[in-house]
Amino acid sequence: MANFDFRTCSISGLKIDKASENLVRWNLIAAFATLAVGGLFALLVALTRWPSVHLLPLEFYYRFLTLHGIDALLAWIIFFEIALVHFTSAVLLGTRSYVPWLGWLAFALMLIGGGVINVIVLLGKADVMFTSYVPLKADPIYYLGVILFAVGALLGFIIFFINVILSKRDGGYKRSLPLGVFGLGAASIIAVLTLLHGAGIFVPTLLWSMNLIPNVDPSAYRLVFWGLGHSSQQINVCAMVSVWYMTSAFVVGGKPVNEKLSRTAFVLYILFINIASEHHLLVDPVLSTWHKIVNTSYMMHLAVLASMIHAFAIPASMEVALREQGYTRGLFEWVKKAPWSNPAFSGIAISILLFGFLGGITGVIFGTEQFNIIRHNTWAITGHFHGTVVAGTTIAFMGFTYLLIPYIFKRELIWKGFATIQPYLYGVGVAILSIGMMSAGAFGIPRRHYDVTFSGAPFSFTFDPAVDMFMSMMGVGAVLAVLGGVLYILIAFGSVIFGKEVQ
Amino acid sequence: MAIHEPERIWWNPLSKDERLWVAVALIWMLVSFIFMPIYHIVGSQNPPSETYAVSAEQFDKLVKGMVEKYKVGEENGFPVVHPKPGEPVYLKASMWQWYPVVELEKGKEYKLHLSSMDINHGFSLQPINLNFQALPGYDYVLTITPTTSGVFHIVCNEYCGVGHHMMVGKMYVK
Repeated sequence: MANFDFRTCSISGLKIDKASENLVRWNLIAAFATLAVGGLFALLVALTRWPSVHLLPLEFYYRFLTLHGIDALLAWIIFFEIALVHFTSAVLLGTRSYVPWLGWLAFALMLIGGGVINVIVLLGKADVMFTSYVPLKADPIYYLGVILFAVGALLGFIIFFINVILSKRDGGYKRSLPLGVFGLGAASIIAVLTLLHGAGIFVPTLLWSMNLIPNVDPSAYRLVFWGLGHSSQQINVCAMVSVWYMTSAFVVGGKPVNEKLSRTAFVLYILFINIASEHHLLVDPVLSTWHKIVNTSYMMHLAVLASMIHAFAIPASMEVALREQGYTRGLFEWVKKAPWSNPAFSGIAISILLFGFLGGITGVIFGTEQFNIIRHNTWAITGHFHGTVVAGTTIAFMGFTYLLIPYIFKRELIWKGFATIQPYLYGVGVAILSIGMMSAGAFGIPRRHYDVTFSGAPFSFTFDPAVDMFMSMMGVGAVLAVLGGVLYILIAFGSVIFGKEVQ
Repeated sequence: MAIHEPERIWWNPLSKDERLWVAVALIWMLVSFIFMPIYHIVGSQNPPSETYAVSAEQFDKLVKGMVEKYKVGEENGFPVVHPKPGEPVYLKASMWQWYPVVELEKGKEYKLHLSSMDINHGFSLQPINLNFQALPGYDYVLTITPTTSGVFHIVCNEYCGVGHHMMVGKMYVK
């Protein structure tokens, strides 16, 4: 042990070794950078769909929309999750990173893969959207970029298992992992399953794009792709819920009220979410009705049960902790006296609320086969996943950043006042955006659509005039969210570079 | 705490609050879980699953046959067809059109066959907002009974290239 350079964080008391510190730092920096790029594309795309602005020319809309998905959904979130892998499997256990070289290899592959995708899409050779449904064809380089990124991510998540197994030997834990690490363990297990689906579909698609195999079945592609595409959202959910628990512990000293319940809920995610991704195919040909019903009804609701459990357990942990600190008057004094001006706390509080009420509930509704007929591929779906992935995961990660900057970068936050309002600004923006999208989608506005006035179409069709209001609402929400996002990026980079050093 | 190892024994019974919450969530979940299949049996609007493998050429031939037999007019260069109730109706999706214009009779049951000639398209019937996926290589059979007369439009809601926003078709119910 003596050969490794450990320091003790003066704020959190965490024992941090140099190698893990650097891995967490660089993965976070990559995450901030990709969020900045993804956010820029978000602004341009949103301003195009705001009817009175309609900013971008045709090709650039689809091109930037493809990149918005890649950078904001894939790269930002997975870079942050790999940072969390190193943070939980080494820093939180107080042991070292056992395979830093593998961490750097994973980082390099993800960086190269992400870079390759961005370049090839910007060159106009892969306007295929995030989903790249075959037989819509991109340049083989695009699929290669996706595969490189995915292999990097897979290696990144495998590091979790290596670190955790070896940590026990060095006394990182005796019997059970801390809950935050356990949650990231669930995320890593789902990640391995998910990324295997990714290999299962992107390798044949790459070969097909190089004319080495004659075709990839479009229906099979959709089935396996969503084994990657939706299951990977459960990596995000597990990582996000872990961040909720960890923030509750770091900020208010929250203790999970019942470890058994919380851990069982994580196991439900692992067991059921993969098959539940079939709700993407509810109005597809090929699969039989009962096949769809079993997977989307039975399996999905068991995964939803897990979220219901966390929705109880995390606020409960905060309540217990705050009551122990003396805020016991009435039912709600603990709510009033919670540290609402601490952006790490407000970040996860907003994340919990919006994830549940915007993203979660709509997800359960739209995943029902009868409701799916009236929502499939409309903008309501986009509204749903901005409620989960942006209002849930992204805000939780933003909040956690405000803890990681002092713990890992040893810097104080700059602009504390702006940092305090950042989660609120971003949360309000995303909520307006998401509700706007869902409402417009209820009138049939399609997703991924350049012009809902259909100029140049053989038949003209006009949507209910109410959609103008909801689409503008999306635009206003997007601008607010981008302002919140710009603040976040400035505070994150600013603190890392100019922040006062923590002694 | 979530950042520390739990006590040696953490497999503890749930408290009353927790049991109540999990029970409520479980009951809610079971209601949704049972309701979806029940509605599938008793309800009148459910996604169908009748599917056949079909090549683009075969499907194109079926569409041509229907147009020849049932053409009643033309609109913006698209034939308008009025198939006999009970006869199969073929709707072809391609970059970037829905072909042909279809005229149906209110209250009659039809089998609407949906397929794509090239890549994924999204059949989105407006303004009633009914959405189905059109895949190449597969004939998706929707059993439909129009209940309101009027003019309907078919918008494409699966991204299909630069002409995606111009892909609008038309359907009459008389």
